[in-house]
Amino acid sequence: MSGELRAGVLRTGPVALRFSWRAVVVGVALVAVTTALSVVAIAASEPTLDVSKVVLALVGQGDYYDWLVVTRFQLPRALTAVLVGLALGAAGAVFQSLSRNPLGSPDIAGFGAGASTGAVLQIIVFGGGTAQIALGCVFGGLATALLVYLLAYRAGLQGYRLVLVGIGINAVLSSLNRFLLSAADLNLAQQAQVWLTGTLNARGWPEIWPVAVAVAVALPVLGLMGARMRLIEMDDELARSLGVPLARTRAALLVLGTVLTAAATATAGPIAFIALAAPQLARRLTGAASVGVVPSALMGAALLALSDLLAQRVTPGGQLPVGVFTAAVGGGYLVWLLVRANRRRRR
Amino acid sequence: MRQPVPLLARGTGLLIAAAVLLLLVLTSLALGNRNIAPPVVLDALTHYDPTNFDHSVVITQRVPRTLLALGVGAALGLGGTLMQALTRNPLADPGLLGVNAGAALAIVLTIAAFGWTSPASYAGVGIAGAAVAAFVVYRVSGSVSGQSDPVQLALAGTAVTALVEGGLIRAVLVLDYAAFDSFRSWDVGSLSGRTLESVAQVAPFVGAGLVMALALAGTLNVLSLGDQTATALGARVGTVRLVAFVAVTMLSGSATAAAGPVGFVGLVVPFAVRAFTGPDYRWILPYSALLAPILLLGADVAARIMLGDETELPVGLVTALVGAPVFIALARRRKLATL
Repeated sequence: MSGELRAGVLRTGPVALRFSWRAVVVGVALVAVTTALSVVAIAASEPTLDVSKVVLALVGQGDYYDWLVVTRFQLPRALTAVLVGLALGAAGAVFQSLSRNPLGSPDIAGFGAGASTGAVLQIIVFGGGTAQIALGCVFGGLATALLVYLLAYRAGLQGYRLVLVGIGINAVLSSLNRFLLSAADLNLAQQAQVWLTGTLNARGWPEIWPVAVAVAVALPVLGLMGARMRLIEMDDELARSLGVPLARTRAALLVLGTVLTAAATATAGPIAFIALAAPQLARRLTGAASVGVVPSALMGAALLALSDLLAQRVTPGGQLPVGVFTAAVGGGYLVWLLVRANRRRRR
Repeated sequence: MRQPVPLLARGTGLLIAAAVLLLLVLTSLALGNRNIAPPVVLDALTHYDPTNFDHSVVITQRVPRTLLALGVGAALGLGGTLMQALTRNPLADPGLLGVNAGAALAIVLTIAAFGWTSPASYAGVGIAGAAVAAFVVYRVSGSVSGQSDPVQLALAGTAVTALVEGGLIRAVLVLDYAAFDSFRSWDVGSLSGRTLESVAQVAPFVGAGLVMALALAGTLNVLSLGDQTATALGARVGTVRLVAFVAVTMLSGSATAAAGPVGFVGLVVPFAVRAFTGPDYRWILPYSALLAPILLLGADVAARIMLGDETELPVGLVTALVGAPVFIALARRRKLATL
């Protein structure tokens, strides 16, 4: 790849950071796109706002009322979209790298279904508030992902077995979810339905902290671990002989990826497919040989900002949860991926 | 390859299965929210007295429910077997291959657009939705000339299901409060509260599907040798595959429309049957047609009495709890067998 050839190196004292110029250009472009989408989304959220007013309000100029609306209500929602997108994109890259498989996302491993069951149980059976729902979500997701990994583990973790075990566990949990939804009071069931689609509606400053802290801590660490991730994607023997502590690196990656997924889910519900699609799209754009954490995170933020903008624009009042769009776009993307792969195989 | 069970044993097994099914039918008529003694059940069937409460429970509630379980069970078992033969893939199950999602989308759209709320009216749209989804999944998985990669097929089913359920159905449900209420009671997968009308809706499709499946049995054996060999032996591969596809869609679509999504029956039953009869579809199909109703009726009786009080578990949850371990055990095998 030409992008890989034109690599730059940054040296400060004993540390040298090797980077590809193409990845930098793509990263800057993604940041710009995400910012623009967020500003447009904020402007679209209120009939009194437009893009110029939003920009003025964000830099502290302009009308006081506009400033109030933007910073109090709309900015936290837009920031939540960006942070959740960053977390999901980065987590997707970690899981795909760990499983050496483009399908190794927390969704496929049953995290989403387990998180839904946890949330639905909290809403319908225990009548919990926002904090309890978030906790139930995280706990359900973690327990399910762990179960799937344990069941799929047999002399190593093979991609197809992980996928199939995930499908089996998913089927049971979604059956359980449908039972809980059908047995519950209609209002509670509707509330649970929206939650388990994944939504950014009514997210304010208080809800933003878990995901903000998780991203601030995990993303820089993962960025520094990039070189090691490339090595463990290769053969185990090779990585070990190059001096990578395999077990410790894997455990660290697993913990960081899980923390990011859990924080994102607790904030916005199990938003589907960002973790699956973002790393692969970023890889194609940067022309890299494998999935990188930082480009994937930026791509995740751009995707979620776009989905949220669409969710707000398509229906009046924007009641459609953003998860509907990510599922439609992500499911369509997966279909396209399969069709393309098959066409290539047939040739 | 394991030696198949001798002919006589296979014939006897079929008779035993029929006897078990008959016994289970009587159990299903007797047990439930209100347990009714077997002599009273027989009395209700032979000398029906509408003023007797036990009699009316048996005739108006238990008989339709049991008949529907028989029809839906046979349809799911045969549909799964045909799907596996068609794709030559042991993991093919109408639920995993997006057929349920397709039927569900068609049904949720009719509920939202026309306000239909009775499961008895869903059969036609359910079959149409199932047909479209099955076709799309089959194409997406890259299955050409019959041989399909099990993992590719499961993935294509997951992708299409995610797109349809996560995206399209959710969108309708979140926006349309009333449709959500009707849809959720169907979506749970249950046989409770169904009338003879439901049975009458499903019966013709299941009957036609059964005839088509049994008529195809011999040709499916030839087809499992691969397309080239089958053609050389004189089978009209394209026609057979089209007929089998029509039968699968009618069977799975009508079953799903009547009972909601009920997973794993079509997966587990053919798998268990094949271990006993060997790869001969002339045996697999009749066995599946008997054993799948046994599984579904058994699960339904268990669903009725498991919690003890007024509340019932949906049969779809029970079959998932029984079927998922089998599916996972299959997936854990070192090498996925192909048919």
